[in-house]
Amino acid sequence: MLLIPCPWCGPRNQVEFTYGGDATLRRPAPDAPEAAWIDYVYLRDNPCGPHDELWFHGAGCRSWFKVRRNTRTHEIIQSAGVSDAWDDEQRAADGSAR
Amino acid sequence: MKRYSIFSLLGNALAGRDDWPLAWRNPTPKKNYDVVIVGGGGHGLATAYYLAKEHGIRNVAVLEKGWLGGGNTGRNTTIVRSNYHLDANAHFYEYSLKLWERLSQTLNFNVMYSARGVLNLVHTPADMDAAMRRGNAMRLNGIDAKFLPRDEIARRIPNLDCSPSARFPILGGLLQPRGGTVRHDAVAWGYARAADALGVHILQKCEVTGLHIERGTVTGVRTTLGDMGAQKIGLAVAGHSSVVAAMAGIKLPIESHVLQAMVSEPIKPVLDTVVTSGAVHFYISQSDKGELVMGGDLDFYNSYAQRGNLPQIEEVVAACTALFPSFGRLRLMRAWGGIMDMTMDGSPIIGKLPVKGLYMTGGWCYGGFKATPASGWTHAWTIANDAPHPLNAPFTLERFGEGRVIDEKGAGPYPWAH
Repeated sequence: MLLIPCPWCGPRNQVEFTYGGDATLRRPAPDAPEAAWIDYVYLRDNPCGPHDELWFHGAGCRSWFKVRRNTRTHEIIQSAGVSDAWDDEQRAADGSAR
Repeated sequence: MKRYSIFSLLGNALAGRDDWPLAWRNPTPKKNYDVVIVGGGGHGLATAYYLAKEHGIRNVAVLEKGWLGGGNTGRNTTIVRSNYHLDANAHFYEYSLKLWERLSQTLNFNVMYSARGVLNLVHTPADMDAAMRRGNAMRLNGIDAKFLPRDEIARRIPNLDCSPSARFPILGGLLQPRGGTVRHDAVAWGYARAADALGVHILQKCEVTGLHIERGTVTGVRTTLGDMGAQKIGLAVAGHSSVVAAMAGIKLPIESHVLQAMVSEPIKPVLDTVVTSGAVHFYISQSDKGELVMGGDLDFYNSYAQRGNLPQIEEVVAACTALFPSFGRLRLMRAWGGIMDMTMDGSPIIGKLPVKGLYMTGGWCYGGFKATPASGWTHAWTIANDAPHPLNAPFTLERFGEGRVIDEKGAGPYPWAH
């Protein structure tokens, strides 16, 4: 059973969530070359190890958020709001600000 | 290779059963091979066999990081069928089914092909339209398909809840009589034994850790047993295709997902056909050992873990007991997971990769086992001729960018939705 840490509701059973796939994809500009669009629509890094992915808390706060999860072990490393920084990035930013 | 026959069986019975040679050798790796196949499951072993048998290329090695058939070949639900709607799929899988029908004779190894029929249940009027359309498409492609009304299904499968008050009411079903099951382990062993007899080297516990590429052309592989030169390399590592392709700097239209299967405790024969439901997404058959073998959907998140989680097992068992109420009395004995290459259109990739001398068969989604013979046959053809056979010509890597996707379900580029 995956215990998924929703950034707003805390750890919840996986059955409350819907998977949304790779969170690292960035939509190209409308006039970007065709290769950029093919890459965005079809190609995936599909890593065996840490994977940044989107989840939707449909049976809770109904928010999308991102999870960093190890695809080899199913270990969940951290979660954050979709446009928020990861914990370690945040700590690094806080450190450099100080 | 010592041929298996009634005479060799009788001879060994009388001689005290000590005259059976090993089914394949355990050779010392050579420095160079004409072709190296990465992955010693059914697809890789079949590729090597057809390279040797059909194309006379015998200086071939099959490299397997674990043991033969220890991946998805040994983890599927053993169903074979060719009940596809789109032409490319129909022709490819029908060729595969024709190879299955005579595979035991071809390999001199009993793979226990059982044409017990595959029945797709119809639950709704929309299901009915889709089944009729697909059944007609199959018959136009020369594939056997037969619509069964509800009464006929109730007579043939007495355990199935065909009552009007059923949770998933049954309106009828589309039957492919030549579909059925094959003993999965025997497929790996049979191809391995036949390939070995033709001179193929089968190297187990030999993991590929890198691909040697010079000026855009493959030259060999780096493995846990040392470097090996190769003029051509074929990848048959579905589940991990992205990982191995990344060694050549190639990004694939694939996500890896875990799919679970499970068996009940063994019981006396109760189900003599394969029953599937597309609407519920559930499939079940009874093995020759008596276990009910069943499966359903993916776990729906990227995974390389070869194990899944309980919610999906609950889904499958709930579907089982809704369709077959009497099976609720059985205990579940085992559940396991395998890693699926889920492509962006639900169809496989069999062909050349954008590095000279590098080929792949992969992207098998839920359906790799039934494809094993045709996958190996077309992969071998493609490697030998450096060009695809008409059967696998539509299944290129480039089709995604060219807008020629083969999307049987019409689900779009959401790999876990196929």
